[in-house]
Amino acid sequence: MEKKGWDGFEIGAMLRSFDGATRDIATTLPEDRPYSQSNSFTASVADWRIEKPLFNKDYCIDCQFCWVYCPDMSIISRDKKMVGIDFDHCKGCGICVEVCPTNPKSLLMFAEQQDEESAIAEWPKKDTSKAKEEAKDE
Amino acid sequence: MSEIKKIKNLKEFSTSADRFEGANLLCPGCAHSIIVREVLNATNDDLILAASTGCLEVCTAVYPYTSWDASWIHIGFENGSSAVAGAEAMYKALKNKGRLKQPDRTPKFVAFGGDGATYDIGFQWISGCFERGHNMMYVCLDNEVYANTGGQRSSSTPIGSSTTTAPAGRVSYGEKMMKKDMMAIMAAHGAPYVAQVAPNKWKDMVAKIQKGFAAEGPVYINAMSACTTEWKFAPEDTIAISDLAVDSLVFPLYEIINGEKLNITYRPKNIIPVRDYLGAQGRFKHLFTKQYEYLIDEWQKNVDKKWDYLQRREEASV
Ligand SMILES: Cc1ncc(C[n+]2csc(CCOP(=O)(O)OP(=O)(O)O)c2C)c(N)n1
Ligand code: SF4
Ligand code: SF4
Ligand code: SF4
Ligand SMILES: [Mg+2]
Repeated sequence: MEKKGWDGFEIGAMLRSFDGATRDIATTLPEDRPYSQSNSFTASVADWRIEKPLFNKDYCIDCQFCWVYCPDMSIISRDKKMVGIDFDHCKGCGICVEVCPTNPKSLLMFAEQQDEESAIAEWPKKDTSKAKEEAKDE
Repeated sequence: MSEIKKIKNLKEFSTSADRFEGANLLCPGCAHSIIVREVLNATNDDLILAASTGCLEVCTAVYPYTSWDASWIHIGFENGSSAVAGAEAMYKALKNKGRLKQPDRTPKFVAFGGDGATYDIGFQWISGCFERGHNMMYVCLDNEVYANTGGQRSSSTPIGSSTTTAPAGRVSYGEKMMKKDMMAIMAAHGAPYVAQVAPNKWKDMVAKIQKGFAAEGPVYINAMSACTTEWKFAPEDTIAISDLAVDSLVFPLYEIINGEKLNITYRPKNIIPVRDYLGAQGRFKHLFTKQYEYLIDEWQKNVDKKWDYLQRREEASV
């Protein structure tokens, strides 16, 4: 979308979240929504990040702590499973990593430029010095 | 009344489709957003929302974008509450006249405001809405400071916190006044439901939001919102700081029903010293000096006293 300055404001402009029918939006997942160009979902804050979280599904127990505490709707969960990260909207805050209860963590922060394959290859192993942390679905 | 959304556990909650969108301009790690998600995802009903001026409003409606997938209005700093109350009054009128286009749908009316908008500048409007008994929920995003304009003190700012208008230094320990007890004030309106929540205790919070949605009449929710920028902690620590706040009882979690019956809804297994909560935030850094450390003991005494009071009220069922 063309960027407008403060003086480019169109008087009476109508900005809609969606183009088209939206009757049951509360039960429609993002991939099925008719987002309009003025919905911030179509924008990106990827350039805010210095570090990004990467996900290693081998250790994940699908507790969904990362989903509920991500401030930016950037943990993608489908059918009660954590499936990945939305890198258009992730701001790299690191909360998901902090709340992940597994050992080793299933989410870790890496430099923005690091690729996933090498990150998985250097993923830390289970830390046996720590008592086994129990993940509860509280 | 509509059906209450089933949220048995976190896995079930995670099947929600958010109606609040990313690429908004809130700081990384901002708790406002976590709170909004938990409120909106507590229901599948239609939403009619308002926001008072403040971080949430400013960062989610930046022309030409909106981050809201529901009807949403912003007018001014003081009147998020009355904006929603007006919509709710119109809804009732149309319903009474049988002129609703979709009478089967039962929208929820929710206003969000910061502590500045709630405790200070919008207070009279909120009080009016509650006195008139609108069927609405008011959610205060309580970060204890005017964050959006750079950290001025509000009447929610707790004693000893350093703010830009009450800065700590050689002659002052910062904010001099105690935090205003907004929970008691809203309960005194006789509101059917008043509750304090913290987003890190998601289950407690979502249960309270659902109770609030089920209540008839005005509902007040005081939501602790840890602010990485003004409380001065690292963005990844938002949940850890929030845990310290509820486990030290600085933010006790409780509800007041019909202005009379108080229930404590969360009792920490291990109560941690208030010192640990204060020490984790830059806004209280100066309290850890010889000159001002007496305030830490005072803080602890105040928190103990409040907890004792809440427990006595709960026991007496008043
Ligand atoms: C009547 C009025 N006074 C002052 C302002 C300037 N102002 C805009 S946002 C803001 C701070 C909001 O603080 P708060 O309500 O606590 O929300 P927060 O940003 O902390 O979430 C102020 C003072 C305004 N917009 N309108
Ligand atoms: S780093 Fe922050 S924004 Fe990104 S996915 Fe994790 S919690 Fe969400
Ligand atoms: S917090 Fe960790 S274990 Fe839990 S769902 Fe997220 S990645 Fe998986
Ligand atoms: S200043 Fe605080 S409340 Fe405002 S967007 Fe940043 S973290 Fe959120
Ligand atoms: Mg505030």
